[in-house]
Amino acid sequence: MRYSAFQVLKEGLTGNKGWKPAWRDPEPKKQYDVIIVGGGGHGLATAHYLAKEHGITNVAVLEKGWIGSGNVGRNTTIIRSNYMLPGNEPFYELSLKLWEGLEQDFNYNAMVSQRGIVNLYHSDAQRDAFARRGNSMRLAGADSVLLDEDGIRNLCPDLDFTNARFPIKGGLWQPRGGTVRHDAVAWGYARGADSRGVDIIQNCEVTGFTMDNGRCVGVDTNRGRIGAKKVAVCVAGSSGRVMSLAGMRLPIESHVLQAFVSEGLKPTIPGVITFGAGHFYISQSDKGGLVFGGDIDGYNSYAQRGNLPVVEDVCEGGMAIMPKIGRARLLRSWGGIMDMSMDGSPFIDKTEVPGLYFNGGWCYGGFKATPASGWCYAHLIATDNHHDVATELLLNRFKTGAVVDERGAGAQPNLH
Amino acid sequence: MTMIINHPLLGPRDAAEFVYLGDASLINRPDPQSETAAEEFYEYLHLRDNNAGEHRELWYHEQGDRSWLVVTRNTLTHDITRVELARDVASMRANGAGAE
Repeated sequence: MRYSAFQVLKEGLTGNKGWKPAWRDPEPKKQYDVIIVGGGGHGLATAHYLAKEHGITNVAVLEKGWIGSGNVGRNTTIIRSNYMLPGNEPFYELSLKLWEGLEQDFNYNAMVSQRGIVNLYHSDAQRDAFARRGNSMRLAGADSVLLDEDGIRNLCPDLDFTNARFPIKGGLWQPRGGTVRHDAVAWGYARGADSRGVDIIQNCEVTGFTMDNGRCVGVDTNRGRIGAKKVAVCVAGSSGRVMSLAGMRLPIESHVLQAFVSEGLKPTIPGVITFGAGHFYISQSDKGGLVFGGDIDGYNSYAQRGNLPVVEDVCEGGMAIMPKIGRARLLRSWGGIMDMSMDGSPFIDKTEVPGLYFNGGWCYGGFKATPASGWCYAHLIATDNHHDVATELLLNRFKTGAVVDERGAGAQPNLH
Repeated sequence: MTMIINHPLLGPRDAAEFVYLGDASLINRPDPQSETAAEEFYEYLHLRDNNAGEHRELWYHEQGDRSWLVVTRNTLTHDITRVELARDVASMRANGAGAE
């Protein structure tokens, strides 16, 4: 069924009896062309684009829990393309362009809201670095505006501009950045893939890879063995655990990142605002909750919950730029598991095992990348060639030295 | 809800006093004179076992006595089961006693 205003009207007048489940719940077949391990945002996007852009529809997405139960439902929903390096920026700009057409593409309301993102700067040196970043973004076709203090005051008048330690001098603004309803991204991609024949199989945990003469020819699961010509792993957060089943060690550590949401408030924050002298980012959801986060806890974890010292650190960052939020009460906090790669950039690559593909290492920036990650991973799986904007996200880059050191730090920046 | 590290010399301390480095296998620095040093240092620097479950890891007591500790901690539950001085672990390994 195609969703439209007409359907809403028609169903509303006829007792809403015609709505169908948005995707099927099929039994796994014995054999597929492609198996995607992991039914998160990236895995579902990969399946959607494999079916839609490459005509490969004999595809299964295997998900250990339920779709959207992982990081696609645990992030702070920010989209942006304010990167700098040539290996990164065109990729993230493709992602932002795909976000802009996403709802029409998969016929689902993902509440894409381009209210803009501002990275605040607090010193002359930081302003110059942001000017350079803004220029680099423009070279890749993205939008960027360097704002001075008055510009920020117009945008968000009640920040702490005269903070003695970190006065706000301006910011780099990307008006096309914003937020997206994260669960709807999983549901929309699932519906888009399912409607083209992709089997989404939930509660199906991969317990091993089936090898034949050194080639990956399928997976063992808790629902039996499933064969495939190509197996594509897409389980960021659990990459180390899953790839160890194939005997592979990765340049990744798993860490916990916490996120927070306050009670619902009237509209008070325009778009996304980030602190330039610490690690803090905040936006306001459509329900009015302030959604914010900061640094990872800083130790290996698969626990999906963090500790109090980082809660304090994040809130201190918030209070440094936005003292008004000190009166808001915290409603919830939670943790998600991040694939922290050694240079802060992700991987979309073939592995040394023929037939086995790997997508992961998204650190804490995977959500914004969802459409381009799926787009480029589908391209790689379908053609065995890297997409033009994802040629540097290679697994062997630490061996060759061609790192994508956008952030200049890996899992252990030791800033604290 | 904070992790307490039971320091062998100082007793129970808040994990916030420590700096984390990572997998305790980082004690075993490869031999730079080895024929295969480039490959060994690539693996040493960049690749990780990244265990889910029991994990031996290095913590530095920066805001305490500045000793390095080897903490055995479960990455699924954050439970800490064993804390040793890293220098003891390293010297045991050097003597071939603690083959871990």
